[in-house]
Amino acid sequence: MSATVAEEVPVSPLRLGLERFARNRTAVVASGLILLFILGALAAPLIAPHDPADADLFRRLQPPAWQEGGEWAFPLGCDSLGRDILSRLLHGARVSLLVAALVIGIAAVIGTLAGLTAGYLRGWADTLISRLVDTLLGFPYLVFAIGLMAMMGPGLHNIILVLIYKEWVFSCRVVRGETLAAREQDYVEAARALGCGTRHIMLREILPNVLSPVLVVATFRMAYVIIMEASLSFLGLGVQPPTPSWGSMVADGRDFLVDAWWVSTLPGLAILALVLSINLASQGLRDAFDPRLHHA
Amino acid sequence: MTASRLLERLLQTLPVLFGVSLIVFLMITLTPGDPVEIMLADSRATPEQAAQLRADLGLDRPLPQRFLVFLGNALTGDFGISFFHRRPVRDVIAERLPATIELTLAAILLAIAVAIPLGVIAAVKRDTWLDRALTALSLFGVSLPGFWFGLLLILLFAVQLGVFPVGGRTDFDLEVARVTGFLLIDSVIAGRPDAFLAALRHLALPAITLGLPTAALLTRVVRSAMAEVLTSDYVLFAEAKGLSRRRVLLRHALKNALIPVVTVAAIETGSLLGGNMIVETVFGWPGLGRLVVESIFARNYPLVQAAVLLYAVTYVMLNFTADLLYTALNPKVRL
Repeated sequence: MSATVAEEVPVSPLRLGLERFARNRTAVVASGLILLFILGALAAPLIAPHDPADADLFRRLQPPAWQEGGEWAFPLGCDSLGRDILSRLLHGARVSLLVAALVIGIAAVIGTLAGLTAGYLRGWADTLISRLVDTLLGFPYLVFAIGLMAMMGPGLHNIILVLIYKEWVFSCRVVRGETLAAREQDYVEAARALGCGTRHIMLREILPNVLSPVLVVATFRMAYVIIMEASLSFLGLGVQPPTPSWGSMVADGRDFLVDAWWVSTLPGLAILALVLSINLASQGLRDAFDPRLHHA
Repeated sequence: MTASRLLERLLQTLPVLFGVSLIVFLMITLTPGDPVEIMLADSRATPEQAAQLRADLGLDRPLPQRFLVFLGNALTGDFGISFFHRRPVRDVIAERLPATIELTLAAILLAIAVAIPLGVIAAVKRDTWLDRALTALSLFGVSLPGFWFGLLLILLFAVQLGVFPVGGRTDFDLEVARVTGFLLIDSVIAGRPDAFLAALRHLALPAITLGLPTAALLTRVVRSAMAEVLTSDYVLFAEAKGLSRRRVLLRHALKNALIPVVTVAAIETGSLLGGNMIVETVFGWPGLGRLVVESIFARNYPLVQAAVLLYAVTYVMLNFTADLLYTALNPKVRL
């Protein structure tokens, strides 16, 4: 009897999920890469060999160090204004990650609160929020972002706002669905019977139970947001010079594709590496934390 | 599906269309600063001309009234004058639209043509190295930034190998008379195989750039749909009856696996409308997407507004179509 009891000591779903995640080698390697990007971005002012805005026309389109004409002082070569590409990549990572973190973080908070409200209160609050969600889903993402950026003007601040305007919808939809289901569960009924207030039930009872899907949605949306920022910057609607952004770096190199492949190719590779890592890690998270998948 | 159900679904899209129009209206209206001043910033318009423009845009009237006027105009296709072209916005858009539709259709057809065989292979060979390789490949495909991938294709196939042209829609000496605006169709009408081939070669790289991420996504949809169908009773039964593997796969399994594929493809076609702006810019493709991007920098706001509304309405209607197709094709969802 006692043995059975010992075996049934509950292990938290979080710990179970993390253990499953740790066994997924691809996801762990991808997470390591993401961590490297984050460290590189944080330490950019310390480790970047040069000032990312430091132009020198004598070094115009200087090739990477391993090619003829390159030198190790500028390991990845220089762009059309003679600026060091490695330094610009490191500083560009700050923009990509800052936009992704702020947009996803703020959108997740807004979306979760809106989803909880709509799902738990129902009624006019649900109608209002759901209509707004449907309307925002009525725009292709990039069309919405480009249209709004066109009106608001380019810049880091606006890019973050515009992406949040659309992004919260995704966590809201997930949380609303989960809340609708949780509403009928025994533990919520019990809390209600005990006389707990609406706010208490929403934030203390339901919220902890909907957090893991929010986490999963947030990570895979992050990859999308990074591509969005890069796309807007590529079109010239994003972060403005002299601040380097990977998207605008790709655009800068467009006219020199033939003579200087590295100017466009390297920042594009950086985007691909980061986005792919995030996608792999988020797939690992989904496999580890989505219990429905494990029953399937 | 019954007619009343169809009508009900159609009515459900009305609030969305209304909301979308409201947001597009507010986009330009709530822009900080005086839109007329912004529009005329680089021109030498007299104060009288500015006042005239303000009246033309109805900016002197209260907001709700302006929205109603905007809605009424939008319903009749009247989006004002494109400052840049000095012609009605509607005409300018109509002129550029066929190029964009041609590119979008080419991309989605390409994506479907790639995704179905790859997805079926992955599902049939599931949990083998081939399946894992295809899954990895599709994850790679959805992680590719389109604008960069387009440039790589240009670098490789246009610059290095010279197989495809760098950009544009056709060679300038191979232009044919405009009938439909779709170059492939127009060159057939004109009986010019050389023009048809030129148009096709120009279409190739942009269509691949636009279609590949969609192909990656669709491959995953085909794989999971097919994997599910392959383990279902009726497929096992068909196999037990002794039907050939090929017949079971194509006649029984694929037919049902295609239901979600059609739905996702319809929705993705809408998303491609956004991707168009990027791809058309990279390849100098003279469609609506590039026009919108150019118009943003030329502060040609009426055109941007009209195009965003057109894209959004198309997207909503494509979602509606996807829904209809899903219901129509799926015998399980007969309501």
